[in-house]
Amino acid sequence: MSYSFAFLDEQSKRCVRRALLKAVALPGYQVPFVSRELPISYGWGTGGIQTTCALLGKSDVLKVIDQGADDSVNALNIKRFFAKTAGIRTTTLTAEASIIQTRHRIPEERLRADQILVFQVPYPEPLRRVEPRETETRRMHAEADYGRMYVALYEDIVRHGEITLPWQYPALVNGRYLLSPSPIPRFDNPKLHQADCLFLFGAGREKRVYAVPPHTDVHSLGFEDHPFRVESFAGRRCSRCGSTDTYLDEVIVDADGRRQHQCSDTAFCLRRRQDPAVPRGWGHDHPAGVAVEARR
Amino acid sequence: MRPVLSLRDLDVTYPNGVVGCAGVNLDVMPGEVLGLVGESGSGKSTVLNAIALTAPVTRGSARFESPKRGPLALFELNGQDRRWLRQREIGMVHQNPRMVLNLDLSAGANIAEALLVADWRHYGRIRERAQELLLRVEMDLARMDDLPRRFSGGMQQRVQLAKALANSPALLLLDEPTGGLDVSIQARLLDLIRELSRELGTAMLLVSHDLEVIRLLARRTLVMQRGRVVEAGLTDQILEDPQDPYTQLLVHSRLT
Repeated sequence: MSYSFAFLDEQSKRCVRRALLKAVALPGYQVPFVSRELPISYGWGTGGIQTTCALLGKSDVLKVIDQGADDSVNALNIKRFFAKTAGIRTTTLTAEASIIQTRHRIPEERLRADQILVFQVPYPEPLRRVEPRETETRRMHAEADYGRMYVALYEDIVRHGEITLPWQYPALVNGRYLLSPSPIPRFDNPKLHQADCLFLFGAGREKRVYAVPPHTDVHSLGFEDHPFRVESFAGRRCSRCGSTDTYLDEVIVDADGRRQHQCSDTAFCLRRRQDPAVPRGWGHDHPAGVAVEARR
Repeated sequence: MRPVLSLRDLDVTYPNGVVGCAGVNLDVMPGEVLGLVGESGSGKSTVLNAIALTAPVTRGSARFESPKRGPLALFELNGQDRRWLRQREIGMVHQNPRMVLNLDLSAGANIAEALLVADWRHYGRIRERAQELLLRVEMDLARMDDLPRRFSGGMQQRVQLAKALANSPALLLLDEPTGGLDVSIQARLLDLIRELSRELGTAMLLVSHDLEVIRLLARRTLVMQRGRVVEAGLTDQILEDPQDPYTQLLVHSRLT
């Protein structure tokens, strides 16, 4: 049995590309797209896969990350899928990849202008948390009526004294559209701001794509007196490579329940073990220290 | 002195052909409480909803004196401006607080929401303002971070009132604000509304079927029947010496 290059037929790929172009032209705006059938079910990265289908050329090198790791089942299967249907080369090295498909993380190594990061997005609508009606969320986006999004943050501060929202932390793109950065930890939000690479987001079930083009402002929401902050791993280090500036997972290592921390980005951890001086390359500074307002 | 709101020749016909109100004229002056009384179905809520920009206006005009934007022709505004007005300058209190309050958010967060949609972005100041408002409506601050789901009807109504007042609206619309409450709670809430009107100087348009409520709060009153205003004047005059046959019936059928 033979496949079209990268599985999808050419017409469908063109449909996806058209939607992606529109998404790049309107940073953060959710563009509806066709969302074709794939040999896997919704919830397993169909939005990201279709985006990757539309992007792949014969010379591309693909890396796939799931939970920060290159060797998890989902990541391996998606890589195998594209190796089989497009015959392209795959890699685990961030620097070597031209397209990186991801679910939970943005690599610790800064991406270059010639690289594209494709997100598999389960929940594209950041406002769904505060508004169940689709007609209403569309109006809210159209009018940049984002005040209610802050109510969730307000309640968080009342309860915990600070904003604790761990993932899908909403951010304002280019001063206009509110975006859900997919289930990445808020640790990764600052990486979206003024990056060199292109970020594309695909939601298969919800049939939407959106984008953050290179060198675009992305400000995570916060209050004037409680600005956005990333998680702190102060006092902890990766038990494998010794890093103190990366996103750490806590893992149970033996039957006695002993815990250790290790880098969630396995590829980067490996590089650090070979050369402890490798820089992350993303600045930690986030200009969203103050509250930002959407333009109306 | 120019009226805060001036309504002329208002007709509302609902899409199913039912006439909500016809030929209604009214002026709400700064700082006054204007009463709108009538039996169920007389069109008083229709008039209120038309001013709140949620009823389908067929004909008529409304001039609103916006503190921020100057005189506005209400019915000619687009959706975004309507929302802006509703969120900041025209407050509304419903009979049922559940229409407005999110019962899964704390009382404080419900008030904070009103401030947040009006672009407040300083947590400390939002907290402070919410506390100030809750004190204003005589709520116990210890309940600020509790869910209104666990509040009594009277307390929920106080939270709704605090939320409606959050952005110091120029005009407050009250639709049977004490409707679902027992008599003693009702009396205390009416006292509170009267005090607020006196201290804040907020103009209010009060809809009620209850002549006692109208008598306590409103200096001037309009009586409505079948979508039309049948009598208008000073409340005391209307209650003591009703001219229109329907008003006479209404006044005399009062339980005393």
